[in-house]
Amino acid sequence: MKAIVGLLCGIVFGVGLAMSGMTDTAKVLGFLDVTGQWVPDLAFVMGGAVLVTLVAFRFVLKMQRPALNPRFHLPGTTVIDGRLLGGAAIFGIGWGVYGYCPGPALAALAYLDSQTAMFVVAMLVGMALANKAAPG
Amino acid sequence: MFAYTTPLIGGLLIGVSAVALLALLGRIAGIAGIVWGAVSAQPDNAWRWLFIVGLLIGTVLYHVLSGAPQPQASTLPWWQAIAGGLLVGFGVRLGSGCTSGHGVCGIGRLSPRSLIATITFMATGIITVYVIRHLLGAA
Repeated sequence: MKAIVGLLCGIVFGVGLAMSGMTDTAKVLGFLDVTGQWVPDLAFVMGGAVLVTLVAFRFVLKMQRPALNPRFHLPGTTVIDGRLLGGAAIFGIGWGVYGYCPGPALAALAYLDSQTAMFVVAMLVGMALANKAAPG
Repeated sequence: MFAYTTPLIGGLLIGVSAVALLALLGRIAGIAGIVWGAVSAQPDNAWRWLFIVGLLIGTVLYHVLSGAPQPQASTLPWWQAIAGGLLVGFGVRLGSGCTSGHGVCGIGRLSPRSLIATITFMATGIITVYVIRHLLGAA
């Protein structure tokens, strides 16, 4: 049952990514190009998604437990440190270099473009390197 | 159709998926975390792999059902894909999240950590595109 939920949530997420334009690197880079010919469309993606989570998470997190699991798995860390800021900064640079963040890169594997596969493999290598450099 | 309609509906669907994952499995729909969990062989992992498979199925489904053409393949050189991928992977692992984990879910939980992370990666993303396009003059 948990596996089916994972699959269905992934499908809905994937439809959302493709529909929103996040799987189009040219559009993403146009969105980040605020001083050039700015393409503002993608602000509505984050806006729409956050609108839903901001409202619905209030109710979900009041539940005793999730429907199919004994407990919620939420990040325990609350500290804002160099690791968070440095990691986010490096991620943003990579996003600006090619135009993919992790979700759209995986979704775009469906387009069967070899460069997308290279991006995803490099992303996994980058994750492993970070895990080695700074475990935890 | 109004240019912002599909981004907005797409965003709403991403939000719905995140809410369903939290309400049913108690999990944050952060793609970076899901991918890392999947490849590092965490226990109870089937849902993670199927979520990733679902991302591809959903993408195909959208283009088939809507008739919208696939986006043009990137015109950037291959080494830029590798460099971008390495930086993205390293950064999301170090910073414990990406656009979905910090941006969509973290801000949804009113996490100050996630808000700061989101502002940071938006800022460095914008600066990077500025430097590449307008200072270095590349595509």
